[in-house]
Amino acid sequence: MSLELAAKINSFLAALVLLTAFAMLAQRRMKGLIHLFAWQGLLLSVNTAIVGFVASRHHLYISSMLTLALKVVLLPYILHVLIRRLRIHREIEVVVNIPMTMMIGIGLVVFSYQLTAPIIELSTMVTRSTLAVALATVLIGLLMMITRRHAVTQVIGFLALENGLFFAATSATYGMPLVVELGVALDILIAAFIFGIFFFHIHATFESLDVEQMAHLKEHD
Amino acid sequence: MPVAPLLLPLLLVPLCAAALLGLVGDRRFAPRINILGSAATFAASLGLAFQVHARGAFMAGGTFFFVDALNSYLAVLTAFVSTTTAIFSRRYMRREREHGRVGHVGMRFYHAMFQLFIFAMLLCLLTNNVGILWIAMELATLSTVLLVSLYRTPKAIEAAWKYFILCGVGIAQALFGTVLLYFAAERVLGEGGDALLWTNLSRVSGQLEPTVLSLAFVFLMVGYGTKVGLVPLHNWLPDAHSEGPTPISAVLSGLLLNVALYALVRCKALVDAATGTRHAGNIMMGFGMLSILVAAFSLLRQKDIKRMFSYSSIEHMGIATFAFGLGGPIATFGALLHLLMHSLAKSSIFFTVGHASQMHGTQEMARIRGLFKGNPLVGWGFMFGVMAIVGLPPFGVFTSEFLILTATIKDAPAAAPLLLLGLTVAFAALFRRVQPMVSGDAPPWQQSLTAAHLPVILHLVLVLAVGLYLPPFLNDWFQTAVGLLK
Repeated sequence: MSLELAAKINSFLAALVLLTAFAMLAQRRMKGLIHLFAWQGLLLSVNTAIVGFVASRHHLYISSMLTLALKVVLLPYILHVLIRRLRIHREIEVVVNIPMTMMIGIGLVVFSYQLTAPIIELSTMVTRSTLAVALATVLIGLLMMITRRHAVTQVIGFLALENGLFFAATSATYGMPLVVELGVALDILIAAFIFGIFFFHIHATFESLDVEQMAHLKEHD
Repeated sequence: MPVAPLLLPLLLVPLCAAALLGLVGDRRFAPRINILGSAATFAASLGLAFQVHARGAFMAGGTFFFVDALNSYLAVLTAFVSTTTAIFSRRYMRREREHGRVGHVGMRFYHAMFQLFIFAMLLCLLTNNVGILWIAMELATLSTVLLVSLYRTPKAIEAAWKYFILCGVGIAQALFGTVLLYFAAERVLGEGGDALLWTNLSRVSGQLEPTVLSLAFVFLMVGYGTKVGLVPLHNWLPDAHSEGPTPISAVLSGLLLNVALYALVRCKALVDAATGTRHAGNIMMGFGMLSILVAAFSLLRQKDIKRMFSYSSIEHMGIATFAFGLGGPIATFGALLHLLMHSLAKSSIFFTVGHASQMHGTQEMARIRGLFKGNPLVGWGFMFGVMAIVGLPPFGVFTSEFLILTATIKDAPAAAPLLLLGLTVAFAALFRRVQPMVSGDAPPWQQSLTAAHLPVILHLVLVLAVGLYLPPFLNDWFQTAVGLLK
């Protein structure tokens, strides 16, 4: 595969990642959200494998497989089981309305390009232009966590944010050293179990997963 | 080079103790295993410190670990406070168990996670790899999240959720910063794990791209700053520190904040060396000062005793962050001393506060009365602890705050009045609250209890001793660490 072709594929995949990030901002149904998250994971996994092939960095194949197993299969599966067990189907309530959220999202993309411009100039890698998209994905994940009230959506926002970080690592540096990638994957796995336990605790205590109810701990005047 | 003989036990003991305590569960001797494990870790950390003293800084396990005056000092502190906390937690948790606030499963989980948390912090300190540091920091958060919600009350669950989400988001920013750091380092050091080693990074710091490092530092600052509890990233801290079991509050306030600040200080030294400016230091000074002022004024409004001392932790971490940002030999020395003094004083305060709230069945300050009469050790321990933490002479906190203030007047005179204002407000806020809690008659709802003497007395004696006389070996140790942070 030629470098130019790889760069094009990489840009195309970056565009798709950004698209899934925006689709997640707009998605109101919980199941749809989990599917989008799985798709985003798949795009990342494919992208990592391609970068690994073109740049002949074989450790990227391992992180590609890891992404596939963790973010496309395991995490969406866990989330599916949880929402079925806890009977969460209803639409997600949003704090800020969706068109407004999308506008803020666009603003974040522009901001990301602005912020990473000096770095992109320095780099000689084929994948460098996607760093801005990666940062935008991180910020959109953050936005999602702020604008949604549901505990499950907040967790999906967090995982999407982590996807953005992973994307940044593969596009800016051909992936972090393997030992770091493995450790990060382990941390995410532990975090997945913890939020699973949490959902049950929150559900049992508050009888719903709406985090708006959790407002006891405020400063008293 | 083979793994230094004392480094391995230092990390393996807490890890094995965690596994063992997970298996043992809620037995009578579980707290004793917890204490023994922590004490063994402490012994190993002392041994390691002697090695560093004798041989100077060294790497171990190939290039995987790195030990110098700075991180060995924090490792000893971490192991020491975890030992005394384990001693305190034996009596404290037994009572919580008797009162039905925590069950079988909870106790098993508590002991195992306590040791895992210690392991994560030690790994953070001793690793040579910036990526592993991040992973260990996240592990430290994850191991304590479910401890904060141990009592399963709505408030505890809310606090733990906030802790989980806010620290998760915060630390994700630090990972982005680490990616940027790797991006800059890789161009100089080549690809692979070697490009993320502290030892290599500090060697080539002059060649790293300044623009990338400045940007990386912003993300690292936000990320690790969240874990240090700096304003405005501090929202999770008062909740997590006040709703969890008290031994956990003591180690969160006394140790985890130090470890996060350690990461930040190492990053700052690197970035300032690369950019040749005081950019990173200035950012830290800004965050530090804001934390001091906001926390000092928040202290005035608190009603919950543990919450109040959580704000005091924010204030003190603000002071240390400010001083590290200011740089220079005196301020850095003061900051290192301040971390030590704050850890010892604050954890001893949490020990007495834990007992005081058990005696009164509440954390509300309005209902805590007559501690001197109810339990002299708790009352006087609390009183002296607060005297130490507000920086009254002759306690050691006075020495460190005095050093920091002197350096501020010399190097950043404009900040000195603000620093003084923060210290004064915090002093007044704490003292106003403490008087009514310790004096007067014991109220009818007060219950008696057998307090854990040793941890409180040991910590306060150490804080007092350092305030009266700074031993030469400690002075040398800190001077070496200051030299590393130039």
